[in-house]
Amino acid sequence: MDSAPWRDTNVYLPDTVQTAVKVVVVGHFAVGKTTLVGTLSEITPLRTEETMTQAGAAVDDLAGVDGKDTTTVAMDFGRITLNPHLVLYLFGAPGQQRFQQLWHDIAYGALGALVLADARRLECSFPVIDMVEEHGLAYAVAVNHFEGAPTFGEQKLREALDLLDETPLVVCDARDRTSATAALIALVQYLHARSSQEHA
Amino acid sequence: MTPPRRDSGLVRPYVVTGGRAYPTRNTFDLVSLVIAANDLSLSGLSPEKRDLIVLCRGGALSVAEVAGYLSLPVSVTKVLLGDLVDSGHIITRAPAPPTPRPDTQLLQEVLDGLRALA
Repeated sequence: MDSAPWRDTNVYLPDTVQTAVKVVVVGHFAVGKTTLVGTLSEITPLRTEETMTQAGAAVDDLAGVDGKDTTTVAMDFGRITLNPHLVLYLFGAPGQQRFQQLWHDIAYGALGALVLADARRLECSFPVIDMVEEHGLAYAVAVNHFEGAPTFGEQKLREALDLLDETPLVVCDARDRTSATAALIALVQYLHARSSQEHA
Repeated sequence: MTPPRRDSGLVRPYVVTGGRAYPTRNTFDLVSLVIAANDLSLSGLSPEKRDLIVLCRGGALSVAEVAGYLSLPVSVTKVLLGDLVDSGHIITRAPAPPTPRPDTQLLQEVLDGLRALA
C-alpha cells in the first residue's frame, strides 16, 4: 500500500478536496455489500438508518410485531480519497424497489453502480438489476466469491443474468482489497468508455 | 454480513427537526461536503445542532458522514444542515454533483486514482 500524504486514517477530508463523487454498491441480502465497502474504505465504514413508512409493510414479515407500520432500512458507506482534490464515496444499498426515496438520494449524480451477485443465488439479482436500470444507472456486475459456490464460465453467468455484451462481468472476492478494487476499476473503465463514445 | 443494528434512540427523529421532514433548502446531496464556519456562538441551538457544529469544526465531511457520526437519519440531518446554513453556522464546501451524468475527464481522474490503489 502506498502512503501518500493525503491518505491517512483521519476522519476528516483533506482541505484540498474539491469534488466528491459516488458509486452505488448494490445487491440482495447477504451478498457482501457491507464487506466490499469495508474492504475498500479508508475510514471505518459508517451506517445510517432511515425509517420507511407503510410501503414495505406488505413485504416484510411483521408477524408478532403489533402495530408496526414502519420499517428501517440501513445504508453502509465508506470513502476513498483518490487524489488531493477528489474523493469517492461508496454507498452500499439494498436492492429493493420499496426503498424509493433512499434510492433517489443514492442514485442521483452517482457515477454508476456495482451490482454484487452470488453464484448460488443468481435469480436474486434479477430484481436488483431491474431497479438499477430503472434508475438509469450504468452498471457492472461482480460475482462475489463464496466458499462452496458453483463456478460457472463467464458465458454461462452472462446468460443466466441476461447481461448485454458490453456490461462488464468480473468475479471478485469482496474481502480482498486488490480484487475488490479491480471490480471497481472494471466499472469505471466501462463508464469512461461510454462517456468517451458519447462525446466523440 | 450486515452488523446488528444499534439500539434506537429514545427521541423520535422528527422531534429533533421540530416536526419538519424537509430542509429549508434543497441543495444537499449525500456527498455534498460541509464544514463549520468559525466561531459563531452556539447559544440557543438544540443539542443536536451543537453536536453537528462541533463535529464539523474538525474539517470537511460529506452529508452522509455527518449523519453517520451523529447516528441520525440522512433526512433529519439535511433539515438540521439547512437551518445551520441559513444561520451561517455551516458552509457548503463542495456542492452536489452539478449534472446527473459525469464527464469523461472526471471519470478518467477516478480511474487513475483507483489504478494507483491497485
